[in-house]
Amino acid sequence: MRLLDFFRRPQNTASIAKDRLQIIVARERAATRHAPDYLPRLQQELLQVIAKYEKIDIGQVTVNVDRSGGCEVLELNIVLGGDVDDGKRRAPAIKPALAR
Amino acid sequence: MGLRARARRTKEAPVSKVIVITSGKGGVGKTTTSANIATGIALCGHKTVAIDFDVGLRNLDLVMGCERRVVYDLVNVTKGEAKLVQALIRDKRVENLYVLPASQTRDKDALDFEGVGQVIDELKALGFEYIICDSPAGIEKGAQMAMYFADEAIVVTNPEVSSVRDSDRVIGLLNSKTSRAETGDAIQIHLLLTRYAPLQVAKGEMLSVEDVLELLGIPFLGVIPESKAVLMASNKGTPVILDETAEVAQAYLDVVYRFLGEDRPHRFIHEEKKGFLRRLFG
Repeated sequence: MRLLDFFRRPQNTASIAKDRLQIIVARERAATRHAPDYLPRLQQELLQVIAKYEKIDIGQVTVNVDRSGGCEVLELNIVLGGDVDDGKRRAPAIKPALAR
Repeated sequence: MGLRARARRTKEAPVSKVIVITSGKGGVGKTTTSANIATGIALCGHKTVAIDFDVGLRNLDLVMGCERRVVYDLVNVTKGEAKLVQALIRDKRVENLYVLPASQTRDKDALDFEGVGQVIDELKALGFEYIICDSPAGIEKGAQMAMYFADEAIVVTNPEVSSVRDSDRVIGLLNSKTSRAETGDAIQIHLLLTRYAPLQVAKGEMLSVEDVLELLGIPFLGVIPESKAVLMASNKGTPVILDETAEVAQAYLDVVYRFLGEDRPHRFIHEEKKGFLRRLFG
């Protein structure tokens, strides 16, 4: 063993593990727990409707179900495209990847 | 209190309880825990059966030492090819203890919810007080089958990142994909931390009990220390809980008593301080 290693305190890897788990577990809970099965389909259908009227970027859409207290909140977050044009524009195709 | 005294005391209320031993991740100690908890509960005088749900990869029979006595299995019973009593294997060491093995040859989709539900009802009718369901790894149909009829769940977790993450997924499933969850009844979930090494925890090399409890947020049943005795016991096909000299047997007994509602202080969480001489010779 090198002399310097002897005095160096060993790294606390358990606390790194805990920090990483706190983040990933919270994220996965939000994605899976409390989320009804129909959510991906709902997301796709809502998008199809909105896409008829507005140019939207699929990457900019999030659908979430939150539970706070005794009430459930369906949260739909859509960032609308900037340029509004003549209305003859065709709806962008919804990528099948979205339907998971 | 001796086991016999306890047996007398707890014999009054024969209400059936279905308990799933689950984890998501493989290799964390589900089968070991199923074998030992079933054996421990039976030692306390309760009529107990351990069911192996790992179709195609059965192992509970080996750990319990009854692999050569398997004739019929769970799939045979659900398909009506054998009667339940023909498939049940009576333990030769412990009274009141039975094993219902999984099929080794069938496809893992050979089980269906209806058939399993009927088997569990029949076990209840036969007077089994504790029905221990040893879940396969994963979160697919087999695991969901093992948990579906459970009244209580023991989530077996190792103090290690992938196991904790998988346990969290399984807790989510227990709260949504079980009969109790569907009818709005809460399923009681317990955390059992296995392969725990207090010395490594003290050095900051392993997640502590507190860390895991904080992450998973379910009630704590106990700790099973990492131990060579577990491997030696499975070599012999004798659940380690029967080896009274082993620390890990004490840990499993504590867990069984706690599970049955007795107040037992937690042990094996912190490394026992060894004196200078014990460190030299111990």
